[in-house]
Amino acid sequence: MTTTTMPATPEPSASSFPLEFGLNTFGDVTADAHGTPLSHAQTIRNLVEHGVAAERVGIDFFGIGEHHTDDMPLSAADTVLAAIAARTENIRLGSAVTVLSSDDPVRVFQRYSTLNAISNGRAEVILGRGSSIDSFPLFGFDLADYQDLFEEKTNLFSQLVDGGAVTWSGRTRSALVDQDVVPHLESPLPTWIGVGGSPESVVRAARYGFSLMLAVIGGPAERFAPYSRLFAQALAQFGHAPKPIGLHSPGHVAATDQRARDEF
Amino acid sequence: MMRTSLAPRPRIAILGAGHVGSVLARMMVAAGYEVSVAASGDPARIELIASVLMPGVKTAWAKDAVASADIVVLAIPLHRFAALDHGMLAGKLVIDTMNYWAPTDGVQPMFEGGELTSSETVQRQLADSTVVKAFNHIGYHEMEADRSARGSAGRRALGVAADQAEAAELVATVVDAVGYDVIPVPRLRDGAAFEPGGPVFGARLTASQFRAAVATRAAA
Repeated sequence: MTTTTMPATPEPSASSFPLEFGLNTFGDVTADAHGTPLSHAQTIRNLVEHGVAAERVGIDFFGIGEHHTDDMPLSAADTVLAAIAARTENIRLGSAVTVLSSDDPVRVFQRYSTLNAISNGRAEVILGRGSSIDSFPLFGFDLADYQDLFEEKTNLFSQLVDGGAVTWSGRTRSALVDQDVVPHLESPLPTWIGVGGSPESVVRAARYGFSLMLAVIGGPAERFAPYSRLFAQALAQFGHAPKPIGLHSPGHVAATDQRARDEF
Repeated sequence: MMRTSLAPRPRIAILGAGHVGSVLARMMVAAGYEVSVAASGDPARIELIASVLMPGVKTAWAKDAVASADIVVLAIPLHRFAALDHGMLAGKLVIDTMNYWAPTDGVQPMFEGGELTSSETVQRQLADSTVVKAFNHIGYHEMEADRSARGSAGRRALGVAADQAEAAELVATVVDAVGYDVIPVPRLRDGAAFEPGGPVFGARLTASQFRAAVATRAAA
């Protein structure tokens, strides 16, 4: 057995990356003024307007999370993001999250490389489990394979994002041999891993040199401080440069802090 | 926390270095216990995680951690339970923190059927172990923040379910030392009240509220 001690570690620099503010949505069906639920199509059109409005008020990032249900019909986030991209200039646009386990990493790369082209380099991808598991039975995957699916597909995606011909094999997808996957990225595609609370996922993000998006479901944000230390140390251990850490959290904005607390 | 007994403290082995395991390890180290943590393979693979998230724990192969422990905590996802080496837990007091969520675990035939509570199924599989249900009904994201010292006003309470009173008592001392009042229920089967959908799952309750909630459920 080994006893662990806290090794000396450089504190992650707070000034390494600029602080950015983003909005994430799951594209919930909302109601009209009479309380009647809107159609899926209207919900989607509204979401495009939502994204365009976000740029107007100076939001840095707009993210859409993949879902496959009647009350959350945003199953094709990249299409909606492309519509927003065509009407905006600066706001960064990404998935929050892409449920990679039940998707094909080649197709995810192709769609987001396309979005990156349409948006002139504003696309990002956050890979994750997602907060529901509807995509597994829908696409014929077994929940029991969740770990393997995510690990293998993340591995393939990291190679695709690096560019160049890809050679890869695994048990969750057909092999690629010296494969050129198109469209080629014109500019880098920032990739994040969404992590709920799993230390293993933090280390996985670091292993691939991806950025870390911490999903706060509850409890004080401070409890994530050890996770950001773990991420920084793991990145260094894997020989990667520092990467940004994001916090995804429910919240409410109002004119004053007190009002925000009262209304929330 | 003050030690109220001169008996040596139980050595604790935690199986699982994920969300739940890492938080439990941290809290038990803070409460003064000797804690070892094991994942499913080589302890070297959890070295970094342990050093940053659970300073003070020993990492070990599961078999070794279990062999030198007085209490073993199952903090693995339930869908990994079937593949666990059940034999290595013979003769041990095992705390079951697991919940069966078919949407997350996938359908687990062992736990289907509705006749037995999930911990009773675990006990049936670990015939030579003494299974105690605890810590399953509080979210890992709240566990640390909701602790308080014994005697604090409004101290949150957690339940302990076991068939053997001695085992229940020992686990209760750990739960209390970690930072929660304890409401024991007389049988492992009564742990049904702690399960998802039950009256105390994820609920922030004081001891009297918790007692009332499980009593209501038992009477229903």
